[in-house]
Order: sequence, then structure tokens, then C-alpha cells
Amino acid sequence: MVNKKINIALIGSGNIGTDLMIKALRSGTLNPVWMVGIDENSDGLKRAKALGLKTTHLGIDELLEHIETDNIQIAFDATSAYVHQENNRKLQSKGVKVIDLTPAAIGPYCIPPVNLESLLSQTESQAQINDGSTTSNLNMVTCGGQATIPIIAAISRVQSVDYGEIVATIASKSAGPGTRKNIDEFTRTTADAIEQIGGARQGKAIIVMNPAEPPLMMRDTVHCLTLDEPDIEAITASVLSMIEQVQEYVPGYRLKNGPVFDGKRVSVFLEVAGLGDYLPEYAGNLDIMTSAALCTGEMLARNLSSNMSVKDSHH
Amino acid sequence: MNISNKKIILHDMCLRDGMHAKRHQISLTEMTQLATALDDAGVPLIEVTHGDGLGGNSVNYGFAAHSDEEYLSTVIPLMKQAKVSALLLPGIGTVDHLRMAHELGVSTIRVAAQCTEADVTEQHISLSRELGLDTVGFLMMAHMLEPKALLEQAKLMESYGANCIYCTDSAGYMLQDDVFERISVLRDGLKPDTQIGFHGHHNLALGVANSLTAVEAGAERIDGSAAGLGAGAGNTPLEVFNAVATRMGASTNVDLFKLMAAAEEIVVPMMDQAIRVDRDSLVLGYAGVYSSFLLHAKRAAKKYGVPSEAILLKLGQMKTVGGQEDMIEDVAINLAKSR
Repeated sequence: MVNKKINIALIGSGNIGTDLMIKALRSGTLNPVWMVGIDENSDGLKRAKALGLKTTHLGIDELLEHIETDNIQIAFDATSAYVHQENNRKLQSKGVKVIDLTPAAIGPYCIPPVNLESLLSQTESQAQINDGSTTSNLNMVTCGGQATIPIIAAISRVQSVDYGEIVATIASKSAGPGTRKNIDEFTRTTADAIEQIGGARQGKAIIVMNPAEPPLMMRDTVHCLTLDEPDIEAITASVLSMIEQVQEYVPGYRLKNGPVFDGKRVSVFLEVAGLGDYLPEYAGNLDIMTSAALCTGEMLARNLSSNMSVKDSHH
Repeated sequence: MNISNKKIILHDMCLRDGMHAKRHQISLTEMTQLATALDDAGVPLIEVTHGDGLGGNSVNYGFAAHSDEEYLSTVIPLMKQAKVSALLLPGIGTVDHLRMAHELGVSTIRVAAQCTEADVTEQHISLSRELGLDTVGFLMMAHMLEPKALLEQAKLMESYGANCIYCTDSAGYMLQDDVFERISVLRDGLKPDTQIGFHGHHNLALGVANSLTAVEAGAERIDGSAAGLGAGAGNTPLEVFNAVATRMGASTNVDLFKLMAAAEEIVVPMMDQAIRVDRDSLVLGYAGVYSSFLLHAKRAAKKYGVPSEAILLKLGQMKTVGGQEDMIEDVAINLAKSR
């Protein structure tokens, strides 16, 4: 096993990109080298520079010239769904693996406790078949999706879920301009991932922004309608164990109430507190997204390192 | 107060806001009957959708008896003079719903957001305008913002393409001075050809008075519903407003007696419960709580054996906004635990 960290770039210097940078700097497997923004005066770029990262406010093209020299192997894109299309194309052409934190959903959805392992094992088997070309874009769905889809999956692994719905309420202060412009993409992408990854036959997502001062903690509610009468004990156990799994990478992920059973309805009331890395604690929506992406990046980095060491041992 | 010679556009809410009071269970027959009566009375605009707007069907807000498509495609072809509007809350509905409503022939799209969050409406307002629709920016819970800050949010919606901006008293909390200040500041600060509207709730029994004040301050569109069928203690009772405004010399071009008949003979028999200022709806107006929470809170109170007014008060303290219906059961469970 090689101990060397994998070099990464962060695209987007807004709330998500900056919070992710702070977390990645603590990582044992990832080494943040670049941060790319479009606004010279953005707080994110200033912080990145102060923390020793290379920065540019000229967008992705500036980074592309340094991919080889700085050996960038993974890029995290926290721009917007529209910008991501182009960023992804450019990064892929340089052979960089992309972790997408926008709701663009070009690559497969990744909800770490549900499907990260299977995504990466698919990636590896494909790598062997295609000689190195792997599933190279993973999409992190949305903050609301990361907070709720594990619960829907925990219910649907017990029994068929006919309908899965989530309500994500976030503090207005934690929603940057990208999130606000992408609000339809949030509801669409989340609803789609509720079906594809959560396993519900039909998905629905709702997002609410609340301007209260002091800002409220992120709240997430999951409502599922099971096909048959719900197995109360099995569902409760499955949900509680899933919550523990999420808590491994998001310590502030908490069950507030439930699971409530009402006929075929199963409701789970959650709260997500952040670590307060970039935005204060209330912005759990930021943390659950960046922590899930980080967890995905670290696992990918471990795979890249072990692949390299396998190749090295052949020489 | 002088509102003589003012022209007022009345907008009926029975078949949208009234859906809250009917747990979204209005039948197609009831829709048809009421919409044609309102059309015949000369009401120029009628709103039709799930109570929470296009795409509102959900566990959280309730599943309607029919889809928005069914309601709209049933009502729109029957209208002789009335136009039909649809409400859309970004975060619940999307531009896909908007396109569907446009294809079915709505004339007006009202894009609603919590009054502090106007920038979530850009996609929807600009598309609506692009499609050539009468486009309204609907600033909800407007009591939560000071007039100048409200104007800033209104200007955003205007810049995206809204040709009308609403000051929406979702909690039925505003007093007449609150309405006067907000509408005046909007009227002074927005473009002269941008219309201003007011949407009231009757929780403090001020629906009619607040709407008159809004007209005095420059509002041209007034929302109300026949017999007040709407969330909380209902909307401004439209036939009452019409009677008072007419006596004060304003013109609505709505036939008062036909509107009264629709209220008395169609709407009142439709009601599942009396729409009145009861203790719970008074709490909404007193504490500034989103009116649509009312029936959800009554149901949760029954299920968990806690007082509904205590649930509503707590929701007010938590500064919840429209859309957070999920917190009602959460609060009820917590209240039950603490007993």
C-alpha cells in the first residue's frame, strides 16, 4: 500500500468548494493543490491562497494547463449544473476523475453508505476490461439527497417502497447563488435519485429555505409509503443502523423523531448539524454534501493508489 | 379613505387556497360548478391548482382528489370571460409544471416565494414571461420583512420579468398600517406599469379592511374567495369586499348578486367545516403562522393528544415558513413527549 496522497483540484470557490477544501486539508489520502474560481475577490479563493493552495480566478482553462505538472488525479466540481457539463468534458479529456457536487448528474449517483462500494468495484472491474478507462464521473446528488436517500434505502431494503418523498429545509444563509439558481435541478435530481438509489418506485423532493435568525439547523423529513403493511421492527432497526453509518462521516447527523408509522406511511425526522468548518454549525446541508464527496474522494484515492502499486509491482 | 373611481381586478382563490380548507379534495364537478358561476358573475381571474400550487401533491401537503392537469383541463375550456391562473412555488413545483399549465391554457402564472427568497424565482418568472403569460411575483409571509427590504425582493422579481407583484399576508397577521406601508413603498419603488396586488387572510377578521387599505395605497389586484373558502380563517371574503368597494365608489365589474349566490349556494355547502375565526386561526393571525398549517395542526393534535393551538404557537416561535408542514408532526411529537 502506497502512503502517498493523491493530488486534487477544487473547482468553484463558493460555500461548498470552500468547506470541502477545509475538510480535504485534514485528509490522510487527499492533497488539495488547486482551487479554481471566477471571482478574484471571492472569500474562498482568498482562503485557499492563504492556506497554501494554488489558485486562479480565470476558470477551469487555467487549471487544465497544470494538470500534468501538478499530477492532479481527482477534481471536485462545486460550480453549477450548467457549468459542470463543460468542466467535466475538459477534465475528462485530461484523464482526471471527477466528483460532481452540482445536480448536473452526468455520472452515476453516489450516496456513500448505499452504493459507493459497488460503484467503485464496478469501476475497478471496468478498469481491468477497458485497460484503465474507468467510470470517471460520480455525482453526489444534492444536500437533501445525501441527508435522506440513505433512509429511503434503509426502508426499501426491508420491503418495497411505493413512494418516497423528502422535505429538506435549509437556512437561507446557507444557500448560495448556485443553489438558488439551480432550485429546479435540486428537486429533479433528488427525486430521480430517490428512485434510482433509494429504491422507491416514485420519488418526490421538496426544498424550503427559511430566513429565521438565528439561522435554523438543516432539517430533513423522509416520508415513505410502503407497498404492503410496514414491518415496524425491521424498518426501525434498518433505519437506526443506517443513521449510525451516516454518522461515521457526518457526526452531526441526528434522528429527531420517528420512525413514525401511520398506516403504510413511514416518516423519519432528521436534523443535520455541520462541523462549522466554513459556515457555522447550522449549515448541515453544506457538511453532508462535502463530507459525502470527501468520503467518495478518499475511497477513490485509495483505489487509485492501490492500482498504481499493482502496476508498480509489475515493473 | 378614498378609493372612488379606482379599478380593481378581483382574483378568486376558492379553487386553489380553498383547496387547503378542503384537504385538496374538491371534486371536478364542484370545480366546474363554482368556476362557471364565478365566470358568469364576471370575476376576471380564477386560480386553480393544488393548494400548494403546481406539483403540490405530496404526503407533506396532501394528495389532491385529482391532478393539476385534470383540474386545469376541466375548468379552462368552460370559461367564457374569466382567465385562469396557476400558482407555482419553486422548491415544490418546477418549470416542467409551468410548461404543462401553459399548454393547458392558463393566462397567468403566479410564482410564489418566501418574501426573503425572491432569487429562487428567476428560472420560473423569466420562463413565464418568455411564454407571454401574465406573470406575477408572489411574496409570501410579507409581514416578516420591513417595507424597504420587501421592495428589494420585489425589484428582483420585477427584473426577472414579473409584471405584477403581490404583497401576500399568508399568516393573516398584518394590521392596516402594515399593509399601507408595504403597498405604498412597493407602489413608489416599482416601475409605474408594474401592477401591485394584495392577498389577505381573514385570521384577524381584517381581510376586507386590509384589502381596502391596499387599494387606497395603490394595489390594483385583490385576492379573495367567495364565502372566504381558503386556508386559516379563509381568504378575504370576495363578495363582502366587492360590496364594500362598490359602495365606496370603486369598480370591479363583478356582479355582486351573482357572486353572493355563488358564495351562498355553491361554496358554503361545499365546506367541510365552518370557515371562521376560531381559536386556532386566531392564533395564526396573532402569532404570524402560515395559514395552511391549520388543518394539519388540528389533525396532529388529535393524533398525539396535544392542543392544536400549542402546536401552532410553537411553529410561530420556531419562525417556520410556508412549506414546512413536516414540522407540524415533529412539534406535536415533541409536545406529547414533554407531557
